[in-house]
Amino acid sequence: MPRRTMIEAIQNAQDVAMGADARVVVFGEDVGYFGGVFRCTAGLQKKYGKHRCFDTPISELGIVGAAIGMAAYGLRPCIEIQFADYMYPAYDQIVSEAARLRYRSAGEFTCPMVIRMPTGGGIHGAQTHSQSPEALFTHVAGLKTVVPSTPYDAKGLLLAAIEDPDPVIFLEPKRLYNGPFDGHHDMPVTPWKKHDLSEVPDDHYTVPIGKASVRREGQALTVLAYGTMVYVATAAAEESGIDAEVIDLRTLLPLDEETIVASVKKTGRCVIVHEATRTSGFGAELAAIVQERCFYHLEAPIERVTGWDTPYPHAQEWDYFPSPARVREAFERVMQEG
Amino acid sequence: MNEAEGPLSLTVPEPEFRPGDKPDFSWVAVDKAGAVRRPAYDEDPRDFRDLAFSIIRVLNRDGEAVGPWAGLLSDDELKKGLMDMMTLRAYDARMMTAQRQGKCSFYMQNLGEEAIGCAFGRALEPGDMNFPTYRQAGLLIAADYPLTSMMNQVYSNDGDSARGRQLPVFYSSKEHGFFSVSGNLATQYVQAVGWAMASAISGDSRIAAGWIGDGSTAESDFHAALVFASTYKAPVVLNVVNNQWAISTFQGIARGGSGTLAARGHGFGIPSLRVDGNDFIAVHAVAKWAVERARRNLGPTLVEYVTYRAGGHSTSDDPSAYRPKEESAAWPLGDPVLRLKAHLIAKGVWSEERHVQAEAEVMDAVIAAQKESEAIGTLQSGRLPSQRDLFEDVFETMPPHLLRQRHQSGY
Repeated sequence: MPRRTMIEAIQNAQDVAMGADARVVVFGEDVGYFGGVFRCTAGLQKKYGKHRCFDTPISELGIVGAAIGMAAYGLRPCIEIQFADYMYPAYDQIVSEAARLRYRSAGEFTCPMVIRMPTGGGIHGAQTHSQSPEALFTHVAGLKTVVPSTPYDAKGLLLAAIEDPDPVIFLEPKRLYNGPFDGHHDMPVTPWKKHDLSEVPDDHYTVPIGKASVRREGQALTVLAYGTMVYVATAAAEESGIDAEVIDLRTLLPLDEETIVASVKKTGRCVIVHEATRTSGFGAELAAIVQERCFYHLEAPIERVTGWDTPYPHAQEWDYFPSPARVREAFERVMQEG
Repeated sequence: MNEAEGPLSLTVPEPEFRPGDKPDFSWVAVDKAGAVRRPAYDEDPRDFRDLAFSIIRVLNRDGEAVGPWAGLLSDDELKKGLMDMMTLRAYDARMMTAQRQGKCSFYMQNLGEEAIGCAFGRALEPGDMNFPTYRQAGLLIAADYPLTSMMNQVYSNDGDSARGRQLPVFYSSKEHGFFSVSGNLATQYVQAVGWAMASAISGDSRIAAGWIGDGSTAESDFHAALVFASTYKAPVVLNVVNNQWAISTFQGIARGGSGTLAARGHGFGIPSLRVDGNDFIAVHAVAKWAVERARRNLGPTLVEYVTYRAGGHSTSDDPSAYRPKEESAAWPLGDPVLRLKAHLIAKGVWSEERHVQAEAEVMDAVIAAQKESEAIGTLQSGRLPSQRDLFEDVFETMPPHLLRQRHQSGY
């Protein structure tokens, strides 16, 4: 079985999709000849031609707006926003147009497209290359939001997203591009090629949108995480000796509530971990769902470990980024109750 | 501070006339009909930049069609065009009344701008796609979209193909080359370019037409559309309807220091033409020219239609609060229906009697459609889309959380 980094898995997914379906087109800033600043589209222009993979002007609004027109025509655009932090000029096109086209025309026009964006911190990218804006998408009716955490899932979910009949926001945790970073920034990261979850078949396969994955089974408490935080939470479980069950949500919307509910009912305790700022973050929605559906099974208040409610800092990055130590402390707090 | 020149001061443009003023448009440079040349399709856009500052006109004061842009349409096609404009005007009048009667929540009429959609529509082929604003109902009339379907949309009744989800006049008909109206302003412009790029990527022959108003040219979407259209030579016609007023804001606020809105195209190397939007024949001829350029893979064209919004922005607007009541009548380009009527009479193929009869015919057709539509329902009464429809079409397949919410709502 070939092993791939997350970058290679994302490139390979687009290669497979473009090979299988002439309607799939790939474009964005620097994605054509150069193959993307993170190399996620390397070689695609050479293989499929300039009319199917090309560079665009630096206009996120234009990239997304043009893709909506193409999707309405009948193509399947898979576009790259160079950093999720650059998405805001396109937000109106995403929220008011892509997300609502099917609804407002009662299905006469639809918008099957994927908007890929590197997301999250841990790369010394400061405030404009580190944000985690997932809640800005999950709050919008008509969008699906996906966050893979392994090369295998990245390929399978991206293929599922490209084949999905509706717009999908595909958030790529850029700190995971080259290895499963667990928050220990002062220690080397194991490269993907030495990790089992980097076994990525050459052929077409999909990972279903809307299904979570239990990454670590446990009895003591449930951790709800996605992206880089899956590894931070797993490290916290291993280091604390607390038998945490780590759920990788993989898709934030539609959310796999059944997997969450089954786990919390089993453990009676819940810790939510995300990089994004806390207030009105996706963790708030998760906490609400858990209390609505698991209230009488809870032994302790739900804990959230998140980025602080500040802009993403530069020199203070590791004070902002949820660390295994902070997650461990949350584990200990929820274990003390009940 | 430079004492000789004094402190800085901010410039805020003002329209020439406000309520109480006597409007005088004698300053508006209006080219004589037939005076503006017609470039070859493949002429270098740098060689006809002057066409972004002139006004292409065909119909002169005597009702004659003159000059290089005349002669494309047969008498029967012109008569159909006149009937289309009259139909739109009659339809608007009935729907304005229906809104006052509470049969719909809101309405936006096309008064004074009928020539633009009705004539442009005749320049397209089946399969081409418009990305319209809320004031291009003429495109649907020209494409023979049923009046009853239009009214069903305005009434949000059970016959509305979009299940009552949109404000009145936000029509959608793929079959008739009319993309779902957003009402968000300008977003559709860059989508039109994307649609056109998709057609070129696919080796198709269909072209797109984007529509925008003078005010919305200030949106970033307009500029993104122009740069994408320019870069990829997209087969698209980029239409700017300059009806002088963006609700209460005169066009000078969006135009700024640019001589004309058409001139915005020059920075992008896009051929840019300016046309008399109240001259059915001129609108059609320029549209045909731009459509043909797109179809020949020669790239985008920007067209500014100089017109005047003779009515309010919408039923929620009272223009007497910000412009003189007489301004519409003083506007120098006249009325599109009367101008085409005069031309057909001058040609001897129409008459005052025939016109009166035609007015009755179009009104009968509108009333018949209205009866049919009201038999289904209006916003007040009759059959409305089901409450269940509220939850449909958010996604192709309803996800569990929405299904649960639908059950909670009682459906």
